[in-house]
Amino acid sequence: MKKKKPFTWIFLILWAVIVLFPFYWMVLTSLKDYGAYNAEYIPQFFTANPTLENYRIAFTEVDLGRYLLNTVIFTVITTGVMIFVTILAAFAFARLNFTGKNILFTLFLALMMIPNELVVITNFQTITSWNLRNTFAGLILPSITSVFYIYLLRENFAQIPDSLYYAAKIDGTSDWRYLWKVMVPICMPTVVTITILKVIESWNLYIWPSLITDNPKYYLVSNGIQQLRESGFGRANIPAMMAAVVIISIPLIVLFLIYRKQIMSGVVRGGTKG
Amino acid sequence: MEKQNFKAFLYLLPALIFLGVFLVYPLIDVFVYSFEEGYSSASQSYFGIGFYNYSYVLHDPYFTRALINTFILVIVTVPLSTGIALLIAFALTRIEKLRSLFQTIYFLPYVTNTLAVGMVFMVLFKETPYSEGFVNMLIHMVGGEGVDFIEGPYWAKMFVLCFYTIWIVMPFKILILTSALASVNPIYYDAARVDGTKPWRIFTKITLPLISPSLFYLVITGFIGGFKAYSDAVALFGTNLNSAGMNTMVGYVFDMLYRDGGGYPSYASAAAILLFAIILTITVINLIVSKKHVHYS
Repeated sequence: MKKKKPFTWIFLILWAVIVLFPFYWMVLTSLKDYGAYNAEYIPQFFTANPTLENYRIAFTEVDLGRYLLNTVIFTVITTGVMIFVTILAAFAFARLNFTGKNILFTLFLALMMIPNELVVITNFQTITSWNLRNTFAGLILPSITSVFYIYLLRENFAQIPDSLYYAAKIDGTSDWRYLWKVMVPICMPTVVTITILKVIESWNLYIWPSLITDNPKYYLVSNGIQQLRESGFGRANIPAMMAAVVIISIPLIVLFLIYRKQIMSGVVRGGTKG
Repeated sequence: MEKQNFKAFLYLLPALIFLGVFLVYPLIDVFVYSFEEGYSSASQSYFGIGFYNYSYVLHDPYFTRALINTFILVIVTVPLSTGIALLIAFALTRIEKLRSLFQTIYFLPYVTNTLAVGMVFMVLFKETPYSEGFVNMLIHMVGGEGVDFIEGPYWAKMFVLCFYTIWIVMPFKILILTSALASVNPIYYDAARVDGTKPWRIFTKITLPLISPSLFYLVITGFIGGFKAYSDAVALFGTNLNSAGMNTMVGYVFDMLYRDGGGYPSYASAAAILLFAIILTITVINLIVSKKHVHYS
């Protein structure tokens, strides 16, 4: 008994078009010649003479290469340090026994409810008074903490049977070794999920870098794009802007296509946005 | 079991330092700032304690504008995006072929840079003397009157902002609702079918109650996220949101703190605290309402 469901299909295809169209448009526009683009009053859906000139402009007339490099540096360090700090804290909460553990953990959970926007004001003052504006340290330090990921990883660590720990203890394994050789490998899927979510977050971060950097040498891609929008290659060169947008969008889309399953299940477990 | 106080302390130390300096201290400090009258970043001094900062912010027309914009944005986008996401997630359960392809496509906006794709939306909606822009082309095709959505009338700008916001938040909602629908035990549907229940009745009496916790979760996170909207507005209208008349509450806070006319951390703090008082109130109302309507099994 198979029924045709035309409305379901039309509806799904319609939304797919709405989602994909901006991507099509940015690639299309980025391939159009500057003169040809400005000559068309009615937008054209195809271009007869695709050109890569806009990509050359995007890399030469603004420092797009540097923005990308900055963002990679920022993302790698922020995510790396965050994972390290998170693993240590999650281990303490899941495995170690200490005075005030429950109270401290409850306080941690309460901290999850503090929105970032509320603390940015003081962090801005702190970083400014430490003379860390326009430095990587200033960008990275306040972006590291993530209570939610500590919570997520602790829950996962806590599922590892105690017997494994005692067996390791009898063999004379230290806590430190047990953490890195046993617990982290077992919980690798969660660690990967957290890493990917943090990478996405870092790559798209806008507010904090826009406050803390006004020197283009330290711009991340979001600020670079914003800068392009305001000064637009000097002459509102939309095709070159779209080339920059394509370049900035590609890394995360590739990452998403590779780790599709992990990212989507990770977002179900702990993503926000919206 | 023996206590491992010192060892635990060492393991927790990095997290405690980061959280203390960049989360706990700022949280206390933002309240202090908000009550310090006439604080100046330059001299780091103030001349009084009181509610002046709050009163200033509440009488600032830019703040009122930001407040109205944010409320419109939230009231329009939260029900619409949740509703459409529910329809899409439900439609996805009705097909088998290509489902995973659709899911992948629908998720794409989640991994895009808000600022970058916002520029594409700006190009699509903008109308200049040299180019009518894609959306206006569509409007002309159906015989409508063109309008510049980026620098034109208020309703047009609000429309783009809402549209872009919905486009951005949909992946998360579709994903959550798809997994909620997938987790409904098919035994309920079989039972209903045996009884000859109408599809619409199955949907309202079985599906909706069973996924109501997820729906409710999306409404709450939607409200919170909507009240914190900012980057999408910047992406569409540029950083000078006050002059565009499109500022949001978070935008107001950051403009007070830093941008042109900035350097007023006290006003920024007062505005931030007002914003979160609003968010907290709405969330509590949501929780109370949900007690009545959400079915937790």
